[in-house]
Amino acid sequence: MITLQKELVHVGGVTLDNHLILAAGVLGTTGASLFRMLRQGAGGVVTKSIGPNPKEGHAGPCLVPLERGLLNAMGLPNPSKNFLQELEPLAGKPVVVSIFGGKPDEFRTVASWFEGVAAGYELNLSCPHAEGYGAAIGSDPAMVRACTEEVAAFGMPTWVKLTPNVTDIGTIGRAAEEGGATALVAINTVRAMRIAIDLRRPVLGNRFGGLSGAMIFPIALRCVYDLYEACSIPIIGCGGVSSAADVIEMMMAGASAVQIGSAVYDDSSVFGSIADVLYSTDGVSASGIVGCAHE
Amino acid sequence: MPVVVTVVEVMDETPTVKTLRFDRKFTILPGQFCMVWVPGIDEVPMGFSSPDMITVQRVGEATQALISLSIGSKIGIRGPLGNGFSPQGRVLAIAGGVGVAPLYPLAVNGSVDTFILGARTEAELIFADSLMDLTDLKIATDDGTAGHHGFVTGVLDEQIDLLSYDTICVCGPEMMMKGILNRLSDAGIADRGQFSLHRYMKCGVGVCGSCAMDPDGLCVCRDGPVFTGDQIINSEFGSYARDASGQRKRV
Ligand SMILES: Cc1cc2nc3c(=O)[nH]c(=O)nc-3n(C[C@H](O)[C@H](O)[C@H](O)COP(=O)(O)OP(=O)(O)OC[C@H]3O[C@@H](n4cnc5c(N)ncnc54)[C@H](O)[C@@H]3O)c2cc1C
Ligand SMILES: Cc1cc2nc3c(=O)[nH]c(=O)nc-3n(C[C@H](O)[C@H](O)[C@H](O)COP(=O)(O)O)c2cc1C
Ligand code: FES
Repeated sequence: MITLQKELVHVGGVTLDNHLILAAGVLGTTGASLFRMLRQGAGGVVTKSIGPNPKEGHAGPCLVPLERGLLNAMGLPNPSKNFLQELEPLAGKPVVVSIFGGKPDEFRTVASWFEGVAAGYELNLSCPHAEGYGAAIGSDPAMVRACTEEVAAFGMPTWVKLTPNVTDIGTIGRAAEEGGATALVAINTVRAMRIAIDLRRPVLGNRFGGLSGAMIFPIALRCVYDLYEACSIPIIGCGGVSSAADVIEMMMAGASAVQIGSAVYDDSSVFGSIADVLYSTDGVSASGIVGCAHE
Repeated sequence: MPVVVTVVEVMDETPTVKTLRFDRKFTILPGQFCMVWVPGIDEVPMGFSSPDMITVQRVGEATQALISLSIGSKIGIRGPLGNGFSPQGRVLAIAGGVGVAPLYPLAVNGSVDTFILGARTEAELIFADSLMDLTDLKIATDDGTAGHHGFVTGVLDEQIDLLSYDTICVCGPEMMMKGILNRLSDAGIADRGQFSLHRYMKCGVGVCGSCAMDPDGLCVCRDGPVFTGDQIINSEFGSYARDASGQRKRV
């Protein structure tokens, strides 16, 4: 298999120690757990999505492991502004703060708390199971552009994370790019549900939620491929990445880096495990393979 | 997916604690837990008090619903989860209140030599009769209605030679556990302590991060719930924890 050279990675204004980033919402509620992922080999981390007010999240069950994937409806639990204290021990580290809101000015408010603290922002315009947040606004190009403009105005790196639950992800990617996004992250979870047949009811407390993990990898790959055709800013591939080969495949589709979330379920030191296989001294530079499948 | 089980027996333990037995035995290690889905309400962590039992204390909505279930009710179980206890040599177990639940299977499988069981009052002692047969049982009640008048730590100080035990397994209120950890640490044997911790859990499988502890980011659901004393002595344990939204609160 192709291996990569170990190098500092610059994506959308953020400098990372390698191409492997912890995805938002996975082990990202506390500074200590984010730090642990960096120690275990993540090149950067994205925090849990932080919103304008503290939220407890949905009633359980809020996460159910399935064959080769996870089904979740956490409901964006977060400590809001109090999250600042979690970031204190992480000063100077490649930490991107994920933010969400219901309207553009809420995105601006939350972003203002982390100005100068975070290495960059990631806008969650894509959570499929929190009423009025995330994907509810992330499927409207005008809203995506407006929210991105509010946050990009801080002049910090501004990544925009997209939902796959739209007809044409390229249109949404272009709206973010026009709003001033410095990179696109694709994808958030895929709308999904399961029913417990013996109880005749949906298994998630929120009834439905989002699917992640290996089983969504082909969906994520296709989204990255489409965005590479439609947009000209860097793309960060996310969704089902669980091996070094997946990273290479994402890059060939057009990703400059990848995010990894659900794979921590099978391997809590997944970052180190992937890096061990992905990097070697005679590896190629990532720039040589990013988007090569489009040629 | 959760395994749907049917409640086949409901046992009164104390006025606020009941044990539910279901129609399925799980393959557990003592100290492992499960996420219990009370349909329409919530999913909450519960230790296995035997391979087919949980022992529930009423504290809020989900636990109220659980202790109100009748025979034939269906609930969902995800588990067993977590690491469980790993006793070696001579074993002392110390339980406060419903903290006896995950320690009980350890006594049943014959691993425990001495058991210190504490509760507020005699009527709130759980599993005392069978623990009496299984172990050298010592009791403490806050009000003195049975056994030692005071906390379990009083029994430790007055009746126990700590150094004669190789493993000390503990579960109960956090301040009780902290008191025990301090004593082990003073005796230079913090590493012999195995403490079953409580943090707010959502996923139960090491993904969401809600149960992560400072400063190492250990997840109570997956790296625990049982930790040795030296793992937690310089941690948030005994001072603060986080609620469902991730905000810190004192314990
Ligand atoms: C590993 C582990 C094993 C446990 N074993 C037992 C047991 O064997 N028997 C028993 O009676 N209790 C046990 N508990 C505690 C039990 O999970 C809580 O009492 C229960 O979740 C309360 O839910 P509620 O809806 O009734 O209360 P609520 O009103 O929702 O909350 C009351 C308090 O319970 C705690 N709590 C609520 N939800 C959760 C949650 N999802 N995770 C952790 N804590 C929560 C919080 O401290 C909260 O302040 C265990 C907890 C853990 C972490
Ligand atoms: C438990 C859980 C919580 C998540 N929370 C968030 C979140 O707060 N914000 C967000 O943008 N994405 C969130 N996600 C989505 C992930 O960041 C990621 O986009 C998705 O899971 C696909 O990647 P994966 O297959 O590697 O997990 C969450 C995913 C999971 C499994
Ligand atoms: S409860 Fe989700 S990581 Fe422990």
